[in-house]
Amino acid sequence: MTPAPRASLTAALTIAILFALVLAVLLGESPLSAAQLAEAFRDPSSGPGLVLWQVRAPRAATAVLVGGALGLAGAVMQGLLRNPLADPGVLGVSASAAFAAAVAIVLGLAAVPGAVEASALAGAGAAGGLLVLFSARVRSPEALILFGVALSSFAGAATALIFNLSPSPIASAEVMGWLLGSVQNRSWIDVAWVAPAALLAAGLARLAAPGLRMLSLGEETARTSGLPMARLRVLALLATSLAAGAAVAVAGVIGFVGLAAPHLVRAAVRGDPGRLLRPSALAGGLMLVVADLLARIVPTDQELKLGVFTALVGAPLFALIAWRAAREWRL
Amino acid sequence: MSALELAGATARLGGRAVLEAVDVAVAPGELVALVGPNGAGKSSAIRALAGLLPLTSGEARLGGDAVHALSGRERAARVAYLPQERRIAWNLPALEVAALGAPFLAGSQAIAAARGALAQVEAGHLVDRGVAEMSGGERARVLLARALAADAAALMADEPIAGLDPDAQLMVLELLRGRARAGQAVLASLHDLTLAARHADRVVVLDAGRVVAEGPPLEALGPGVLARVFGLSGRWMETPEGPLLSGVRYSEGSDGGVRRSGSPSNPG
Repeated sequence: MTPAPRASLTAALTIAILFALVLAVLLGESPLSAAQLAEAFRDPSSGPGLVLWQVRAPRAATAVLVGGALGLAGAVMQGLLRNPLADPGVLGVSASAAFAAAVAIVLGLAAVPGAVEASALAGAGAAGGLLVLFSARVRSPEALILFGVALSSFAGAATALIFNLSPSPIASAEVMGWLLGSVQNRSWIDVAWVAPAALLAAGLARLAAPGLRMLSLGEETARTSGLPMARLRVLALLATSLAAGAAVAVAGVIGFVGLAAPHLVRAAVRGDPGRLLRPSALAGGLMLVVADLLARIVPTDQELKLGVFTALVGAPLFALIAWRAAREWRL
Repeated sequence: MSALELAGATARLGGRAVLEAVDVAVAPGELVALVGPNGAGKSSAIRALAGLLPLTSGEARLGGDAVHALSGRERAARVAYLPQERRIAWNLPALEVAALGAPFLAGSQAIAAARGALAQVEAGHLVDRGVAEMSGGERARVLLARALAADAAALMADEPIAGLDPDAQLMVLELLRGRARAGQAVLASLHDLTLAARHADRVVVLDAGRVVAEGPPLEALGPGVLARVFGLSGRWMETPEGPLLSGVRYSEGSDGGVRRSGSPSNPG
């Protein structure tokens, strides 16, 4: 109905992301002089060139893609469950992916390239598969949330059990690093991992968009609308599992981006969950690249973990959203 | 051929029978009111016709075909359903909500259908307002517009006038009657017996999942049915505006007799 505001929103977010990417490449823990920056642009294989193009650039690109995947997953999930507090964490997709990654780490697979990532993606896929099976049998969104919460708790407990039983403190520390979430030391290989998964998830989500829009009016209206809701629901769950799984696979557990990104842009699309997908993905990407930049340049002895940083900012935001939603709808 | 038909429909929910051998038929051009006390099975009958409540026996048919043999899209073309639930998850503008009634039309056509439907429910001024900024009554009208925009062969509305002010109740019922006159088959569950009698062509009275009376309103809602089903000692009065139910509640006295406990003009 209102394509112009959405187009300008997309343009504004895209420009903001490009600007943030430039900053993320230029700024860092070890400041480079103008001469060094010039050298980096002249000769990418020089020392400063390597810092810019092999350290900072892939890290920033990973942050944008992971944030975008989480923003997309959050928007899909909130639309699917008609719940402003839903995000990939709520349904247990992130926790399941983290658990699978932890298993791979304690099994000593961290040395095998891509093994931990593949394991995380498989964990997310398994959680997504369970959710699809469950939602095919039980259509109530409340029941799906309860199932997701149970799945999340179970995966969390299983991960804790790994800590509990792990014979090696090194493996435990590595699992901990994963759980805290970070895009530190990510390479172009990681970008190549997450980019196709995020794009595929975006394509699936786009197909599911009419169903998400119709679900705004409730389950019964959606089911009698004539749209193939069962198929659209499966597409949406696949999109969200793939996006969240790819994000966890590459960056570990990063909370609250999936929750907050849709809220930042919802008013601009007049609440429409179908039109929310792209702006939410862009907002998620922007949030994470900015958060990572801040985590990098804030002077601390140990670099702040991105997941910790987003949770510290995100948890109060979560409370604020819950408060406002309760007031608006008298929940 | 009936546009909407339940034939020997029996359904259970949580082990309890909510419909027992229910027969209901609505022909094109007819407005039928489903009445009955809370829990009588009105919503269940409508949900069975919408294909939302599986039957243990009997059949629900739309335009002569079993609802379960129809694709979702065919069902939507044969009946538009307005559920009792009026919660809208997001603060969508009225126009977008109404346009959801026509998901298979191209964008501009869906918008035109939505505008027309909003004008019919006298909500043309709400087009751009978000549903979270509306009163309950305004939201109910917008949701009705969504069902009208679907332009299906039949229309089912579950308690479409609940919670509306008197003026809006009359507007909605006149609108439903107008749709019936225009050839749509309309089935609506109602609690207000006077309004049902004034606007419906026929009334189907449900009690404990069974059809206990059916026919022209004043025949179906005779004194025996009013007493047995609704617990009312009532009589119909002719007024210039149409029939008016004057009734009082039966209540058991200590002597086992019946005594009057009030004089509501619109009971139920």
